[in-house]
Amino acid sequence: MRRPLQYLALLGYVIFLAFPLVWLLSTALKTSQEMASLTPTWIPRHPVPSNFAAAFTEQDIVGSALRSLVVAVASSLLTVVLALPAAYAMARYRSLVNRVAVGWVLVSQVFPFILIIIPLFMVLRRLDLVNTLPGLTIVHVTFTLPFALWMLQGYVRSVPRELEEAAAVDGAGRVRALVKVVAPLLAPGVVATALFAFISSWNEFLFALVVLKDPDVATLPLTLVKFTGAEGVVRLGPLAAASLLATIPSLVFFAIIQRRLRSGLMTGAVKG
Amino acid sequence: MRTRTALAVAAAAIVALTAGCSSGGTGGGNGGGQADAPVSLKFLSLAWQKESIAANKQIVDEWNKANPAIKVEYVQGSWDNVNDQLVTSFEAGDPPDVIHDDSPALAGFASRGYLMDLSGKLPADLRSDIPQPAWDTVTFGDGKGGQGVYGVPFLQESQVIIANKKLLDAAKVRIPTSEEPWTWDEFAAISKKLTKDGTFGVAWPLKSPVNKVLNLGLNFGGTFFQTDGTKATVKVGPEEREVLQRIHDQLYKDRSADPSALGMGTADPLPGFYGGKYALLPAGVYLRQQVVEQAPSGFEWITIPPLKGTTSEQGATSQTLSVAADSKYPDQATKFISFFLNSANQAKLAKGDWLLPTSTKAASDPSMTTGENGWDVATASAKNLVVAPYLRVNGFDEWKSKVATPTLQQYFANKITLDQAAKTLVDEGNKVLERYNK
Repeated sequence: MRRPLQYLALLGYVIFLAFPLVWLLSTALKTSQEMASLTPTWIPRHPVPSNFAAAFTEQDIVGSALRSLVVAVASSLLTVVLALPAAYAMARYRSLVNRVAVGWVLVSQVFPFILIIIPLFMVLRRLDLVNTLPGLTIVHVTFTLPFALWMLQGYVRSVPRELEEAAAVDGAGRVRALVKVVAPLLAPGVVATALFAFISSWNEFLFALVVLKDPDVATLPLTLVKFTGAEGVVRLGPLAAASLLATIPSLVFFAIIQRRLRSGLMTGAVKG
Repeated sequence: MRTRTALAVAAAAIVALTAGCSSGGTGGGNGGGQADAPVSLKFLSLAWQKESIAANKQIVDEWNKANPAIKVEYVQGSWDNVNDQLVTSFEAGDPPDVIHDDSPALAGFASRGYLMDLSGKLPADLRSDIPQPAWDTVTFGDGKGGQGVYGVPFLQESQVIIANKKLLDAAKVRIPTSEEPWTWDEFAAISKKLTKDGTFGVAWPLKSPVNKVLNLGLNFGGTFFQTDGTKATVKVGPEEREVLQRIHDQLYKDRSADPSALGMGTADPLPGFYGGKYALLPAGVYLRQQVVEQAPSGFEWITIPPLKGTTSEQGATSQTLSVAADSKYPDQATKFISFFLNSANQAKLAKGDWLLPTSTKAASDPSMTTGENGWDVATASAKNLVVAPYLRVNGFDEWKSKVATPTLQQYFANKITLDQAAKTLVDEGNKVLERYNK
């Protein structure tokens, strides 16, 4: 008796999760008249591709998606590369310096992003990185790194210290023990962290708005917002079509690594 | 032990670096530009409708062809976040040269010295082509006791009523003209007459009620603010209460307005309007574009001129083009604006955005006076526009978001009385303004 109820609850949850995406698809295929109908329909009565055509022809969707992809992949890689050794040290070695550093990370998260935009912009300008994708990548790494550190720290703690000691007893040096023993066990955590960094960067709008000035370096969120007008009036059709396309890379990325992510999240949650 | 210390220090260094970057830092920098010809100007445009973007790009292309020494780069921004974008650009000293925005935003930017004063820099024909009430919407204090013109106003919006023609014909009501508009009393009576068989006479989408109510308030001389020298205070007297009371009466006394439309944004009642749920929809003139694009075939609609109280005056703001004070090429930027906003171009821009041109020559363009899609009514309504009194009130934005919006929402939701609303608007409002008056 319990099992059907569980499936029912699961079905409800899946519908809840899938609803926005299905509605986005439905909207993207509707005419303006059908979108403004008093009786909304799930399946468009006269599906049209014109919204997709408008999304592609009126704005540089493909180019901006590619730029977003480059920034998101670079940000996630850099975040992991920087956060991993720091997280290991934070989890394994307890010292006053570490405690102060951890506190500093926490305090830094209290500041609203809007406060740091102008100083960051000035730093980037000095480095001649305004209006460049490397500049935006650095900004994205900067704001994902503290949380990534926290995430990875939990995963490192969940790896028993005894495994490293056992490797040392078997003659492995510290580096070898880290690479051969600890790193494979941390893989799920690394994947979860990379995914977090990827999605944060892929969706990020405000910093991109400030850092990137020229249309030919605009990322996808900056391009999508061009379908919106004043007083909440939007060009819903092209916006829905473009937004649907914008979700695809995240879905693909998630689909590829979801098995590892699942075990990664569980590891961190239970033992972190 | 050494490894352990090294790792701890490395970790701390990365963490400190990260956190340090997160919490900011300072840096200087100069413009770093070059004065080599050809000059390159960045033009931040907020056009977003397909036709409007096309018109903007066409005019920029024409300029670039005719002026190879002053190349203008078109950059599309968004109304949603333009002021965040601009504040950071201004603070960092790297703003676009030519800036599209609206007059309420200019007041703050002007007082902080972000914009160039265009007084005496614009050609006489452009100055005389735009009437003084429109120039008033861009004339602000410079923050040092002086006054300046901080933009060129080019598009304005008036409040009209979009109406279901079949329902009006069936109810045999008088169709008003620009010369003989409906009075508020007539509007109330007609709304009652149209309310039957599941149809409400009117839908008031008042999710963001403040600007709409304040602009319409001038119909009865309601200004909502008074100034004593340089000090502004809130005022909600009999004149200001008229429009508030009349809308409230339609909602709860006459029951000719649908209360469920109150929480809607401007365009949200359109499906109900097409479906015959609402007969009249008070809205800005630009909403006609949505109706043309979305209305089902065979749907007949007309544009009703602005209502008349003691006058037909409405408060207006303007869309504007300004030159950044930090622009390296202010003269070239001003020259570009003068070309971009000549009367022929203003007609194109107004048509693309479904708004009213400030240029008197553009307003007489046949495309602006045709009866098609209510252009004749919309264009004629421009004569009623006067500068919105709130435009010169320091602290208006905070009053609007913290005091006026929640108070008016509560009042229109019938949760507080008009007396209570008026008291809150004045008492709480003056506390806010007091900080700005110092």
